[in-house]
Amino acid sequence: MTRVHDMGGRHGDGPVVPEAEGRPVFDQDWHGRALALTLAAGALGQWNLDISRHARERLSPKDYTQFSYYEKWISALADLLVERGVLSRDELKTLVPDGPSDLADKKMLADSVAGILATGAPVDRNGPAPRFDVGDKVRTRLPAENQFVAGGHTRLPGYAAGHMGRILSCHGCHVFPDAHAHGLGEDPRPIYAVSFAAKELWGDHAKEGDEVILDLWEPYLEPCNG
Amino acid sequence: MRVKALETLLVEKGLVDPAALDEIIDTYQNRIGPKNGAIVVAKAWCDPAFRSALLTNGTKAVSDLGFYGRQGEHITIVENTPEQHNMVVCTLCSCYPWPLLGIPPSWYKSDAYRARAVRDPRAVLAEFAVTLPEGQAVRVWDSTAEMRYLVLPMRPKGTEGWSQEMLAELVTRDSMVGTGLPKSP
Repeated sequence: MTRVHDMGGRHGDGPVVPEAEGRPVFDQDWHGRALALTLAAGALGQWNLDISRHARERLSPKDYTQFSYYEKWISALADLLVERGVLSRDELKTLVPDGPSDLADKKMLADSVAGILATGAPVDRNGPAPRFDVGDKVRTRLPAENQFVAGGHTRLPGYAAGHMGRILSCHGCHVFPDAHAHGLGEDPRPIYAVSFAAKELWGDHAKEGDEVILDLWEPYLEPCNG
Repeated sequence: MRVKALETLLVEKGLVDPAALDEIIDTYQNRIGPKNGAIVVAKAWCDPAFRSALLTNGTKAVSDLGFYGRQGEHITIVENTPEQHNMVVCTLCSCYPWPLLGIPPSWYKSDAYRARAVRDPRAVLAEFAVTLPEGQAVRVWDSTAEMRYLVLPMRPKGTEGWSQEMLAELVTRDSMVGTGLPKSP
């Protein structure tokens, strides 16, 4: 049930290496190219953000671990392009186009980039009334698994599954990634900032008073009266 | 190079405009970055009504300054106090408030940061040469949804009477992620 991208709390990674501020945003030219290509391909409208996150998470643990950040992006992008029929497997392999695409009219043009980036894609929606109030005690579901699709996308990290927390605030209803990543519609659900005592998550080594806060959709939570 | 090959193929298929890619890169390389966030922080230090609006509805307050867009559709500002230090991570991927801080630095996307920030924030802070005073608790915000977080650091002492522009120079990227503190005057 563990998944390679879900690494919060994992041991053994060694120190974080800070970087001076003002360094180039992209260490290498192809990094910027990979990011831009991913955004431009996304504008073709053949998948959504949750589907593309899931595509990166589905890389094999071996690849996920060995690939650099933008290698993961490009590898997931190539998978999506083929899965969604934008490119054929042959085209990707031979790099020879098999005629123009019928999606060409959706191409992101240079003069529309600023508008598209500035507009973004908000995920707040009308939806069910929230079941929990600020201050309520809740327990997260265990295990941290997608309830619709075995092995599917979810945003409940493993380290926070099965733990008791408190509702800090409600953000209204947002698109539910567990559904949206799998073609099951937006299925908006109430979403909350939930606070967990560090000691609840990590035990005695954590410092009293420290907290970890996660944004969690209502289906991840159960009432907790204990 | 695989990226170049994929780009060429998509261009030949009529699906990608290379000039649009140049435009996206230029946006995040040259136009959108931590200077935006620094404007927000410095204004909050100078203008109590703005600070209050910012903490009440971050999305609206930063949008009113022109900072809105992709990966910044929903913004919450979390304020450091003598009792509480805030720090932001995305353990599942690398979610980050692009319109305010730009594209995240490598350390933010690293396995080490993603794995350790939630479990051992004080050790991670020490790697950034930050030691919190006794009595200041840590709140780590794991960006598991589309809400993006920006830390409002405490205004450095000795900056009474400073202009907003001078104050913005003290605001570092790391201080708005919570792995650093603003520069001292």
